[in-house]
Amino acid sequence: MWAFINKLRSPKWFYAISTKLQPWFWAVAALLLVVGTVWGLVFAPADYQQGNSFRIIYVHVPAAFLAQSIFVSMAVSGVVFMVWKIKVADMAAAVMAPLGAAMTFIALFSGAVWGVPTWGTWWMWDARLTSMLILLFLYLGVIALRGAFSSRDSGSRAASVLAMVGVINIPIIKYSVDWWYTLHQPATFTITGRAAMPMEMWLPLLIMVLGFYCFFIALTLTRTRSEILRREVNKRWVRELVEEAS
Amino acid sequence: MTPKRKQKLFVILGLVSLTAIAVGLTLYALRANINLFFSPVQIAQGDAPMDRQIRAGGMVKEGSVSRDAESLDVEFTVTDYVDDLTVYYSGILPDLFREGQGVVVVGQLQADGRLYADKVLARHDENYMPPEVAQALKEAGYSPADFQAKAAKVGKRLEEEGVPQASEY
Repeated sequence: MWAFINKLRSPKWFYAISTKLQPWFWAVAALLLVVGTVWGLVFAPADYQQGNSFRIIYVHVPAAFLAQSIFVSMAVSGVVFMVWKIKVADMAAAVMAPLGAAMTFIALFSGAVWGVPTWGTWWMWDARLTSMLILLFLYLGVIALRGAFSSRDSGSRAASVLAMVGVINIPIIKYSVDWWYTLHQPATFTITGRAAMPMEMWLPLLIMVLGFYCFFIALTLTRTRSEILRREVNKRWVRELVEEAS
Repeated sequence: MTPKRKQKLFVILGLVSLTAIAVGLTLYALRANINLFFSPVQIAQGDAPMDRQIRAGGMVKEGSVSRDAESLDVEFTVTDYVDDLTVYYSGILPDLFREGQGVVVVGQLQADGRLYADKVLARHDENYMPPEVAQALKEAGYSPADFQAKAAKVGKRLEEEGVPQASEY
């Protein structure tokens, strides 16, 4: 554990390991997303009440999962950066934020599109929808705060603190449908517990969720590598790397 | 872990727990307002204000929907399996509106105990299934058991507390 954390200290080591890992994650992500999309949108059966509009679930649920997971990852990276002063953690947090904001937006937008035919409204100030909107604002806040300082280190620390404090919103999003009366229904897709849908609907959803997570990992690896090069541009190993390439 | 790092970790943990407590207390204080709708139990207890725009939610009682043949007027009962609420509405209902389905109605509670709705929203439960499965379940005597259990739990809790929830503030 400590050996691993110590290795993480070196951006050079992270750069080397992510170079090896990233093609695998991209390949698996592409495969899962293609299979999941075709299966979910074409072959999965339609719902007995909602018909085909139910298929929005294959984008809505994975996007919402990722929106919350990325925020938690950002908060964890923030703690690692603040306590152990590991720069790679901060770089990862920096590149994760825009993807998280995009996923939150996709979840909100696909939910609104879904709400029109099923609920009869595209927006309602219920606890689930509102807490998700707050998550979008938290993401935008983290991104803005990072850029608001003239010194990069101050921006990193401010963004980390906001991510760590904002993580309190995540359990609120998750349990809002259980704690209060909401228009949004309770969770359909859970890893534990009984599935609220039959296998032929649940499996493509599982594939989509896994595909979204692989996509998140792959994109974070790739973008962290560019961020490492950008920040370490004056280090000797980067210069050697560039010389080798040219 | 060096003492300095340990100290930093504790500061972070302290900061996060303080914020969590603050947010938790705020949500606790606002809990009645965060609920999107009143349950028929709460309305029967007199928690919901009269002559003001409120939202009520529950299941459309089986066999309670009566439509006017000449107009869009419709009357139905919303139930949480503890108490019932009669809703009167004139307008187009959402596609998913049907008996045994969850709904949220927006409107005013009148002195006659009925709710005159301006808007009816369908509520969907977390269960999805292909039409064939739904048919099979129906033949086997399917009931919206999840909602029933939750509503009964809430009703029991309210009875035990004996305090009108929404009028505390």
